[in-house]
Amino acid sequence: MRTKHLTSSFGISALAGLAMGAMASFAMPAQAADDTIKVGILHSLSGTMAISETTLKDVMLMLIDDQNKKGGLLGKKLEPVVVDPASNWPLFAEKARELISKDKVSAVFGCWTSVSRKSVLPVFEELNNILFYPVQYEGEESSRNVFYTGAAPNQQAIPAVDYLMQKEKVQRWVLAGTDYVYPRTTNKILEAYLKSKGVKPEDIMINYTPFGHSDWQSIVADIKKFGSAGKKTAVVSTINGDANVPFYKELGNQGVKAQDIPVVAFSVGEEELAGIDTKPLLGHLAAWNYFQSVETPANAEFIKEWKAFTKNDKRVTNDPMEAHYIGFNMWVKAVEAAGTTDPDKVIDAMVGVAVPNLTGGYSAMLPNHHITKPVLIGEVQENGQFDVVSKTSGLVPGDEWSDYLPDSKDLIADWRKPMSCGNFNVKTGKCGGKGS
Amino acid sequence: MLLRFFLMGLDRKAGIVLTILAILAVAVPVMTLWVPADSPFHLSVFTVSLLGKYLCFALLALALDLVWGYCGILSLGHAAFFAIGGYAMGMYLMRQIGPRGVYGNPVLPDFMVFLNWKELPWYWLGFDQFWFAAIMVLVVPGALAFAFGWFAFRSRVTGVYLSIITQALTFALLLAFFRNDMGFGGNNGLTDFKDILGYDIQADTTRVALFVATVAALALSYMIASGVIASKLGKVLVALRDAESRVRFMGYDTESYKLFAWTLSACMAGVAGALYVPQVGIINPSEFAPASSIEAVIWVAVGGRGTLAGAILGAVLVNMGKSYFTGALPELWLFALGGLFVAVTLFLPKGLLGLGGQLKAKLPGRKTAALPNVQPANHTADQKGA
Amino acid sequence: MRRALRWLMAVCVVVATSTAVYAADLRPLVQALGSGGYSGTEKALVQLSEAGDPAAVPVIEALQAGDLYVRKADGTVVIARKAGDAFTLTDPLTRAALGDAPAAAVEKIRINNSLRRAISASLGALTLMSSDAGVRRSAADAVFKSRDASALETLTAAIAKEQDKGVRAAMEQARAAILLTGEAASKMTDAEIQAATDTLTARGDRDALVLLNMVAGSGASDTTKRSAAAAVSTLEQKLAFWAALQNLWYGLSLGSVLLLAAIGLAVTFGVMGVINMAHGEMVMIGAYTTFLVQEFFRAHAPGLFDLSILVALPAAFLVSGGVGIVIERSVIRWLYGRPLETLLATWGLSLALQQAVRSIFGPTNREVGAPSWMSGAFELGGLTITYGRLWIVIFAFAVFAALLVALKRTWFGLSIRAVTQNRPMANAMGIRTARVDALTFGLGSGIAGLAGVALSQIDNVSPNLGQGYILDSFMVVVFGGVGNLWGTLVGALTLGTMNKFLEPYAGAVLGKILVLIFIILFIQRRPRGLFALKGRAVEV
Repeated sequence: MRTKHLTSSFGISALAGLAMGAMASFAMPAQAADDTIKVGILHSLSGTMAISETTLKDVMLMLIDDQNKKGGLLGKKLEPVVVDPASNWPLFAEKARELISKDKVSAVFGCWTSVSRKSVLPVFEELNNILFYPVQYEGEESSRNVFYTGAAPNQQAIPAVDYLMQKEKVQRWVLAGTDYVYPRTTNKILEAYLKSKGVKPEDIMINYTPFGHSDWQSIVADIKKFGSAGKKTAVVSTINGDANVPFYKELGNQGVKAQDIPVVAFSVGEEELAGIDTKPLLGHLAAWNYFQSVETPANAEFIKEWKAFTKNDKRVTNDPMEAHYIGFNMWVKAVEAAGTTDPDKVIDAMVGVAVPNLTGGYSAMLPNHHITKPVLIGEVQENGQFDVVSKTSGLVPGDEWSDYLPDSKDLIADWRKPMSCGNFNVKTGKCGGKGS
Repeated sequence: MLLRFFLMGLDRKAGIVLTILAILAVAVPVMTLWVPADSPFHLSVFTVSLLGKYLCFALLALALDLVWGYCGILSLGHAAFFAIGGYAMGMYLMRQIGPRGVYGNPVLPDFMVFLNWKELPWYWLGFDQFWFAAIMVLVVPGALAFAFGWFAFRSRVTGVYLSIITQALTFALLLAFFRNDMGFGGNNGLTDFKDILGYDIQADTTRVALFVATVAALALSYMIASGVIASKLGKVLVALRDAESRVRFMGYDTESYKLFAWTLSACMAGVAGALYVPQVGIINPSEFAPASSIEAVIWVAVGGRGTLAGAILGAVLVNMGKSYFTGALPELWLFALGGLFVAVTLFLPKGLLGLGGQLKAKLPGRKTAALPNVQPANHTADQKGA
Repeated sequence: MRRALRWLMAVCVVVATSTAVYAADLRPLVQALGSGGYSGTEKALVQLSEAGDPAAVPVIEALQAGDLYVRKADGTVVIARKAGDAFTLTDPLTRAALGDAPAAAVEKIRINNSLRRAISASLGALTLMSSDAGVRRSAADAVFKSRDASALETLTAAIAKEQDKGVRAAMEQARAAILLTGEAASKMTDAEIQAATDTLTARGDRDALVLLNMVAGSGASDTTKRSAAAAVSTLEQKLAFWAALQNLWYGLSLGSVLLLAAIGLAVTFGVMGVINMAHGEMVMIGAYTTFLVQEFFRAHAPGLFDLSILVALPAAFLVSGGVGIVIERSVIRWLYGRPLETLLATWGLSLALQQAVRSIFGPTNREVGAPSWMSGAFELGGLTITYGRLWIVIFAFAVFAALLVALKRTWFGLSIRAVTQNRPMANAMGIRTARVDALTFGLGSGIAGLAGVALSQIDNVSPNLGQGYILDSFMVVVFGGVGNLWGTLVGALTLGTMNKFLEPYAGAVLGKILVLIFIILFIQRRPRGLFALKGRAVEV
């Protein structure tokens, strides 16, 4: 009996000690060094999203390193703080909180999936910090504390559909996506847009698949069947990262050629193609705001630096990387203009900041916290790169509230004073959504 | 009667656990709200939420230990009950947002608005009332567990077969909740909560109150669990863990015993989920992921299977490690975590709480306490009696 | 490729004799290919093909292959092929050598999808008279697709000359397609339309169905329309039949993927009783081994790339098997008799292995190419069967058969069965049980590695590869009955087929949910799986 008590009390006191120890360790305020400006990097380095997000962590480290070589910011060095939210959405919120309240970062660059952004959004609003979100997304959101440097649907999806309609004379559409909010919303917008252009409902096929779907035989066969109705058919793919490789492999194997049924993708970039043999995919399309193959001096230098930084000649660049490049430079400029890293002042200074992008123009931050970007359409080449076949003549401003959805068409966002509102209703003249 | 039930299970161990919980329940609010921020004894709200999260996981681990440690049912799907409880609470919190969503719709949550839904699905009705949501937190996981257990135990599905179908259950629920057509927000889940019972969910006092509620729930569950274990019912449970057939041959209706423990455990997991959601601010289908359930099993194993305190210790410790390593060693933490699991199973077969016993056994002579002997798999099976 | 080469040679002979005559006429058109962007190129291409001169074929083929360049200095259109850092230039029409040029001195004439379509159409029209039956066949198919009315004349002439039955049928179908859909349709007699309709009905695929539907809805006479409609309905029935068969094939193919993924687990989990959560990582290691082998081939023997998969098979077996043996010796062997604890330890190992691969190879996908004999598809009746899937089905069954033989017919298999059935007795009979344990685990892991080679052909090669298959594998083994290989086979094929038959009705997500619910209910009915082991060894 005595031994039993001994053992159990050993364990229990271990528990007690740990609990107290934990509290004490958390209670210690983090040592904030005053001679550096901390920048948080919140990208998954493990789990399902690591495949896409790790690259963005690396590019942030490169950009920060670069800025430090140029003498830092406001006379101080920048210090990256990297954490791993491990593709776990509640952990994203926890890590965001840790970055802001424990590490005292001045701004955070991070997130990829919509759900991770939704998860951290309340944290950034509560603790009043800045998030730069670099990925194309579904729109329908504008927060004072978030700057969206990726594409809104009107900067990617709609120009791509326009291109197919005009140049490829497509009349029949397959909208294929992974079942989550970005494809759902994008397809909703596209469906409304296509119908407004006179496409009949029977000429639109919508298909959703789960994350990481790997057996595409039936769906590709369905697409072929749908495409053999005598009208020119195209597939608009919002299929998410991981599922794309088996999808394209199946397309190649079943002989779906771009000349017959082109597939235009919004989530497939150079990084995703790096895992596939692209010869059978020649001519399939992607719509982005940046391609590695764009020939500008700025891009050439960026690629050179990237390859040197990663010490790997085969590493590719992609659109979200450019978004971070733009976002980081905008933040640097805004901090310099505000003369401080205080989030309130930086947020005010951000609107109107314009920095060069990598495709030979300037991107500007709009009052709705989205940016202006050119829209490029590229065709897949045999070497895994894209050949740009179309580029919008000017820059397209990001539209956060889609004009093609009934509940958001009356909304606008403008974070300049005195309006300072993310969902202003132009019909009712009030801030706060539809207000029905 | 009820009092006697609670007191019956209270041994010295329970006393220590409950004392620690009581200290936490008092010290944390004081240290957070009243100790000035520059004092070394001040606790940030961030820490409070973190501790609250750990304790929710501890409650889940406790629930799991009740069925695994005491009745031999290895559930690899307990996170499903946790997540369902979380969704019930999340639905209440969503309804509380009211017209403050981005579209300003007074009834429909934002995700329904942009999917063009016109009215609330029937299963969302009633969730604007806290009492209703609170009942659902217990009833839905409980009912699911009862139905699942009733079929499974009656058919005498045991061992790995049971474990794998609990995985199938949680995986099926994961896929179902991913579907946007289900009306639970799809992959984005439920988020952007504003307030709970009329209090701002982001206010420090609310967070502290939620933490205290979690401590209370954990303490209560601990007392219930230890009460059950100390009762005659608990003895039967342990007996059927060790030799189910023999207990059955003695005339016990083993299915009912198992079903009771199983359903009780699922309800506890549901409560854990319900407390978890307002503290982390999001509930989404990834909580149903098969890996989350396996992780919960690992907490129990690390702490010590078959000791309620061990389950709590394991859950808190592993999650603290995870929080620390994902920040300190972002690239390497999986090695640390993976290595920990291997090391615990190899060197601490009884978990951390068994460590003392192991050390003690080691002292007289090292030879006797070498690593556990290689035991043939089917040899033990024979002993159990097929 | 070979076909194209042969054609090129044939053309060269023709060109050599007639160059002098044609080159002058084509020169301005070829020159026009290089200016005016995509639309300019397309316009010139159409004129070039309307000229109807076979001498244009190599030029168009060069354009298709991306070998046609513009020399920046004087704007001449040339064929340029990369030779080291520079390009070797030749004249597209006369094939005279024009010397070398650095990469900066030439600019590629870029093509997009609509140009690619125009190229196939014009090559089709221009090569109908080729001396090679294969080329004529594909030309006819190209014309069938493009329904280019300007090719009608050539097509009619070609049909008259054609000796090969198959090729003539293809040409006649192409002709019927042009006749029925072009402007010519309104001038045709009912008999002609009827004949064309019959030709298409004989073709009997989905493309024919589209055209027949057009006829049924066109302004032809009622009798024609009625016969077209009848043809449509017979065709639709036929196609529905083939579609069901096709679905069965998809089910078989998905089932064989599941079988491959699960079969290694059937050894480590089914036979040994180790709940091996690191099984998926063994599959992943196999896939990465394939990647490494292919990298080696790419770097040292690009010509032998088609053999890389064959080399990868034993390599993956050895690497995964070796890792398995190391795991067994270092971790698993301490845990026999505690199956649930193997779950925890192997789960930890799986986390560490994933992270190790991520650290070594990076988190992004790695490219594993398909050898030529695994790419593409062929038609079997109304079925489209892709070579990759076919080989995977064959491979899965081969692995299954080999494993069965190994377990039932060899000394090693006998030892495995002896040890799992009665360890002390086997030990007493002189079997070195520890060694058998290690080798059995190695065998299971090695088979998982083989599965990795196959899966690398259809899925991502990323650190998460294994995660996607682990749960499915467990489902298959448990559904089939732990410890029974035949159960695993039947389980995999049943679940695969069921999934594919549910998918068209319920969608991919709901289909999968229904399969999972089916498994849960099935286990209630048969708590030990499909093929339950009898006797004392049942409680794992």
